[in-house]
Amino acid sequence: MSDTYNLRGKVAIAGVGETTYYKHGQSPDPEFKLVLKAILAACRDAGISPKEIDGFCSYSDDRNDPPRLANALGIPELRYSNMQWTSGGGGAAAAVQNAAGAIMSGSARVVVAYRGLAQGQFGRFGRSGGSKPVSGQAAYLLPFGMMSAAQMYAMRTTRLLHDHNIDRSTMRSIALTCYHHAQNNPRAIMRGRTLDDETYDASRWITEPFRLYDCCLENDGAAAMIVVSTDYAKELRDSPVLLLGAQQSGGHRSGAWAENPTDYVTSSFKPAAKYLYEQAGVKPEDVDVVQSYENFTGGVVMSLIEHGLCTYENANEILTFENLRADGGSLPLNTSGGNLAECYMHGLGLQIEAVRQIRGDSSNQVKNAQVALANAGPMVAVASTAIYGSEEALG
Amino acid sequence: MTRITNEIYLPGLRQPAPMPDGLDAPFWEGTLKSEIRVQKCLSCETHQWGPEWMCHSCNSMDIEWVVLESACRIYSWQRPHHPVHSALKDRGPYIIVVVEFPQADGLRMVGNLLGDSMQDVVIGSQVTPVFEQHLEATPPYALLQWEVA
Ligand SMILES: [Zn+2]
Repeated sequence: MSDTYNLRGKVAIAGVGETTYYKHGQSPDPEFKLVLKAILAACRDAGISPKEIDGFCSYSDDRNDPPRLANALGIPELRYSNMQWTSGGGGAAAAVQNAAGAIMSGSARVVVAYRGLAQGQFGRFGRSGGSKPVSGQAAYLLPFGMMSAAQMYAMRTTRLLHDHNIDRSTMRSIALTCYHHAQNNPRAIMRGRTLDDETYDASRWITEPFRLYDCCLENDGAAAMIVVSTDYAKELRDSPVLLLGAQQSGGHRSGAWAENPTDYVTSSFKPAAKYLYEQAGVKPEDVDVVQSYENFTGGVVMSLIEHGLCTYENANEILTFENLRADGGSLPLNTSGGNLAECYMHGLGLQIEAVRQIRGDSSNQVKNAQVALANAGPMVAVASTAIYGSEEALG
Repeated sequence: MTRITNEIYLPGLRQPAPMPDGLDAPFWEGTLKSEIRVQKCLSCETHQWGPEWMCHSCNSMDIEWVVLESACRIYSWQRPHHPVHSALKDRGPYIIVVVEFPQADGLRMVGNLLGDSMQDVVIGSQVTPVFEQHLEATPPYALLQWEVA
């Protein structure tokens, strides 16, 4: 590992927590209350008092701001109040990364990375009603009927299938895998709802090339992760889950308006992967289990390729249901059910699932998982990705 | 060939307005005159889209607006079926394309592909512009649409 990187193993995830996950609009609680509940759950899991928290990190313009959270929780000192800008849920790993930075610099001691979402209360990303004129990038998209999240990423996926001869079956395998894993996960919204090839193939088009099951859910809930120094984590828990690396990632003009990023067919992870593995001191083949953010299945295909977990050439052979399942697959993927079938918590649930895999308490536990990768936000202007590991993984 | 139409492909959607800071006013003035105007750097001649106050290549702020020749082709596409806006509820499927201008540093624009909504769309096909005029709107505007050449 290069001297440039000093994050590896210095901070740990002391606790994770989430509320009950609800279908869209069905939370009995307002969003802010959900976030408070998730933070309390993560503190309980970590074995700390909420009063120990002195920093907050979130992303995607989370509406539940740290000053109000600190006030509600009665926190004595608010030392770190942080927001990562991106679109979609691309900041889930970035929130953990920012928390880690705060810990390592001594800016804060106990930082919570969190996300709250009551889409019933506030509406979904990209759902665009109203009649007022739009300007800026929206003026180049909305009048043409391009406004939903699926529509924002459909055309990259069209190009992925076209440029690299990726088979649509890769997208189906990802959807099937998520639903399969959700069946064992008591938190999963889609537990009890199985998915097979025929159901996927017969499902309606949202926008070609995405069918219904290629698209993430809409949910209400909140999730939180407690980030502390590894030294403190060891006081709290025998074998803490370490953060080995974390990276934000956007390529040349990745945020260019109206489909003008220089590199078009990308999950935005090309810059990340080269730093991430070097930081973490592991290689793609060391990754035991992957949580890869599914806004849409096509983005997962790009993400896995750009993380070096398969290639454009072998993606059609590697990305099969048999390979992706936790029970016996060679590349276990989205073992909680992910954004497609556990809950769409803008990807923080995937970060939490990576932690559970290293602890050994996932509902679809991969045997002896030591290194877990969890990414966020494929195809957005700034994506983020992280690797978690056990002390054993440090070597 | 450029065409002008008063037929609205997707009626009832929100209308575009120039940015309040004036950055893209020349583009929207251009579509009303059936011109495709984009930015071009006076220093390094890089074409740029979307608009910005600075050339992304050389960081010069001396940028002019130029009229593009219409030669361009389909770069990617999608066919939405699910209505994402109340005005689209009974519309049925429609086509959105990304077109690229190889002669202008490969810049891309988004519009609808007019004609049969269920037509086969082929990446690389040549397309020509159609200026969809909304002259009764307040203020009037025109959308840049496309059809297969
Ligand atoms: Zn220039």
